[in-house]
Amino acid sequence: MADYVNTLFFGIYPYIAILTMIVGSILRYDQDPYSWKADSSQLLHRKGLRLGSNLFHVGILLLFMGHFVGLLTPHWAYEPFISAGHKQILAMTAGGIFGSMAFVGMVILIWRRTTQDRVRATTKFMDMAILLILFVQLVLGLLTIPQSARHLDGSSMIALAEWAQHIVTFRGGAAEFIKPEALIFKLHIVLGLTIFLIFPFTRLVHMVSVPVKYLFRSGYQIVRKRG
Amino acid sequence: MTIRAQIGMVLNLDKCIGCHTCSITCKNVWTSRGGVEYAWFNNVESKPGVGYPRNWEDQSEWKGGWELTKAGKLKPKIGGKLGVLSNIFANPDLPLIDDYYEPFTYEYDHLKTAKESKTVPTARMKSAITGKFKEKPEWGVNWEEILGGEFEKRSKDYNFDKIQKDIYGEFENTFMMYLPRLCEHCLNPSCVASCPSGAIYKREEDGIVLIDQDKCRGWRMCVSGCPYKKIYFNWQSGKSEKCTFCYPRIEAGEPTVCSETCVGRIRYLGVLLYDADKILEAASAKDEKDLYQSQCDLFLDPHDPEVIKQALADGVPQSWIDGAQNSPVYKMAMEWKIAFPLHPEYRTLPMVWYVPPLSPIQSAAEAGHLDQNGMLPDVRQLRIPNKYLANLLTAGDEEPIISALERMMAMRVYMRGKTVDGVEDPAVLEQVGMTEDEMNDMYQLMAIANYEDRFVIPTNHREYAGDGPFDQEIAFSARSECGFSFGNDSNTGAKKRTNLFGSQTHNNTLSGTPRKVSGDPS
Repeated sequence: MADYVNTLFFGIYPYIAILTMIVGSILRYDQDPYSWKADSSQLLHRKGLRLGSNLFHVGILLLFMGHFVGLLTPHWAYEPFISAGHKQILAMTAGGIFGSMAFVGMVILIWRRTTQDRVRATTKFMDMAILLILFVQLVLGLLTIPQSARHLDGSSMIALAEWAQHIVTFRGGAAEFIKPEALIFKLHIVLGLTIFLIFPFTRLVHMVSVPVKYLFRSGYQIVRKRG
Repeated sequence: MTIRAQIGMVLNLDKCIGCHTCSITCKNVWTSRGGVEYAWFNNVESKPGVGYPRNWEDQSEWKGGWELTKAGKLKPKIGGKLGVLSNIFANPDLPLIDDYYEPFTYEYDHLKTAKESKTVPTARMKSAITGKFKEKPEWGVNWEEILGGEFEKRSKDYNFDKIQKDIYGEFENTFMMYLPRLCEHCLNPSCVASCPSGAIYKREEDGIVLIDQDKCRGWRMCVSGCPYKKIYFNWQSGKSEKCTFCYPRIEAGEPTVCSETCVGRIRYLGVLLYDADKILEAASAKDEKDLYQSQCDLFLDPHDPEVIKQALADGVPQSWIDGAQNSPVYKMAMEWKIAFPLHPEYRTLPMVWYVPPLSPIQSAAEAGHLDQNGMLPDVRQLRIPNKYLANLLTAGDEEPIISALERMMAMRVYMRGKTVDGVEDPAVLEQVGMTEDEMNDMYQLMAIANYEDRFVIPTNHREYAGDGPFDQEIAFSARSECGFSFGNDSNTGAKKRTNLFGSQTHNNTLSGTPRKVSGDPS
């Protein structure tokens, strides 16, 4: 039974979540581009937003990139430059700093969304749901730091990275890497995959639209030809 | 040289009576929807005053429009591209809805359902956002109507720059005028420049600036970028919206709703041809006072055979060239020089122009006689200070304003002489440098203001949309396009009640308590 649950959550669920994220996002972008937006509430309420939103966004984006690079860089690629142990300490430090930033930011944003009349009145179910899910996920993530501090040899980190790399390269047996790890890691992973799963149904989609193209626009103006 | 055409507008402030019909008809057509209750694509302000949103003209506060860098390059005042992106998580220059006003409604229901009482029941004010009672409105789209409020507050008006304004607070010296405002459909729009998504664009064929609602991601930079604060963030849809210049009407050759319904007949619509290659140069004039002239220099004479040849080569239809030759806007802005752009110092090269208003002669009441300047009353002594109008329309340069006011004054004096006294006085014409024909033409357009003279709008030519002129394929493929169409062309997106991807949250009701839209689980 334990094996079955382990395979379900760490061998099969990742594919369900990622597939839903990709297909769902494409469908939404194609079928309902009008709904694809950042959905800012700044016009209605300003207090605390500048600090909260900046801390949250910078913190969470750096955390996301840290996870992406950290989990998907193969061991042999970084071995010549940094040992697994040192990499783990680096990850814990960076994660701790950016996690704290995001934590403070989210507390401000949750305060805003739950107590300020105008923001509360215009909050949709998914706005609140995703905010709270991200917050729980952030807390789980921060709680993995003391767990990691118990063994600084990098073995857990390597196991988690192996799992992620097996998943994205479609190799079997990925779930086996997770099995011996601490519960806190497992919870963090399952909730993280759940965020992937619900991604297309939330306002998170706006992160796909980072306007990098703006930097490469020649000049400033846009003129559309008739047609 | 690349010639493009634009439908421009002129508003004759001398005839605006401040009735707000333009605002109301515009609102009923375009912004009577959830999330834009507070938005007025067209509004009329009483000047002097700080306006709507509060103090919009002062770019040291809002950072709209463009500025010249030390190297003489043009840059949006809110920052270059990196600057804009670095503010994307929280825009430091975004107005709060209270700078416009919190949208509200009334508890109408109570008037019908109140129990018998000694006093008449009242319908109290409720916020359209939260549904909670509000004591009173704090600001509005025309809060300063006909000089409402203390002079001390209204005198924060940006156009009092370099004016000893204290005397205008005295009852005997007070002055006022109306300023109807809408999107300027600029030649060098800073909203387009500040949109990171590239959702805002200028249409090549008629110059109308639009926001692609499907491409807008709600980064809200355009709201700050526009110095006229004529882009509004829809707080329900999370998208920016703006004046469309009623493009479906313009395409069919009809005037915009605000122009059509103007009871004072103050609005004019017509084609201007301009050289698109010189826009950047014109907007980069070193001295702000040169911007009015540098914008005039962009406009091309539609009677010049060279211009006509080039325009046709650049894909401007013949009917548009004909339109440009009969354009009331070209006559007022370029031939008679009586219309001016609103705040050229923002460097956006706006395309909605204004004829400054005449006002009573200041000293007449005091001294019992009129000071004359040659054949005309002295326009320098008009009740509305020339400098105030210059700050509004020519970046502070009084000369063009004085010349325009003199021509309008001359029109009155000349036509009065002609129709009342039966004397046609050529000295009046001579003083303002106009011929008899020009004066009659100006009188016909400005005083008589017939519908077909005010609105010279060629229809849109879809057949020019292809690679070459007259692409018949376009007309062919466009037939039966709407109606029983394939796919879901008419998908209304977030308007659907049960939408997986988030729907409208509120509907206003008779009771003033917003009703949550069903289908939203919250």
